[in-house]
Amino acid sequence: MRSVILATATRVVFPLLLLFSVFLLFRGHNEPGGGFVGGLVAATAYALLALTGGVASARRVLPARPEVLIGTGLLAALASGLVGLAAGRPFMTGLWGDVSLPVVGKPGTPVLFDAGVYLTVLGVVLLILFTLQEEDEA
Amino acid sequence: MTLLSQLALWVGLPALGLALLLTLFRILRGPTLPDRIVGLDLLGTLGISVAAVVALAARDAVYLDVAIVLSLLSFLGTVAFAAYLERSR
Repeated sequence: MRSVILATATRVVFPLLLLFSVFLLFRGHNEPGGGFVGGLVAATAYALLALTGGVASARRVLPARPEVLIGTGLLAALASGLVGLAAGRPFMTGLWGDVSLPVVGKPGTPVLFDAGVYLTVLGVVLLILFTLQEEDEA
Repeated sequence: MTLLSQLALWVGLPALGLALLLTLFRILRGPTLPDRIVGLDLLGTLGISVAAVVALAARDAVYLDVAIVLSLLSFLGTVAFAAYLERSR
């Protein structure tokens, strides 16, 4: 779709959406938010890009293919579970480090798990959207 | 409860409810597809207002995040509908 207004608005809204999705991801530990919503918001940012400039331009901006994002996300979630196992505790035990980082707070396995959910949701939604739209453009 | 949250609860929400009903009527009635699409867009805008007014009435800033997400995303649906309209013509 060719629209100057939409293309200009997308350039402003795209980074805002990505920033807000990361904010949702990190805030999800104690308040509404989390990996799932964050992933969905990030996916809509790329959907907006695909809608204005075509799927090819959205794929160029995406750091990895959606399939790779799904795999990385699932591996990150699995790794967050294995950390507990490696520490001699049950699988999926939540463990936190002692260092305190600005903005993020104490890094722990739940954040890693949520980041995995974020990547998986982003990959799945984008895979569906891109496939449908490429079929449409062809 | 402050006066502002009282106002939001007893004036803002009923007014928005009435607006939602009128918008719903337009969506159901039509008569053309663009009418319904504009109605849906208005529904999104009203949703943002409801979230903001509920944040005032409940004195809970968490609802403002709903308003942020809705305002960032609600036009996406309208754009998608417009693209669909252009293509189907």
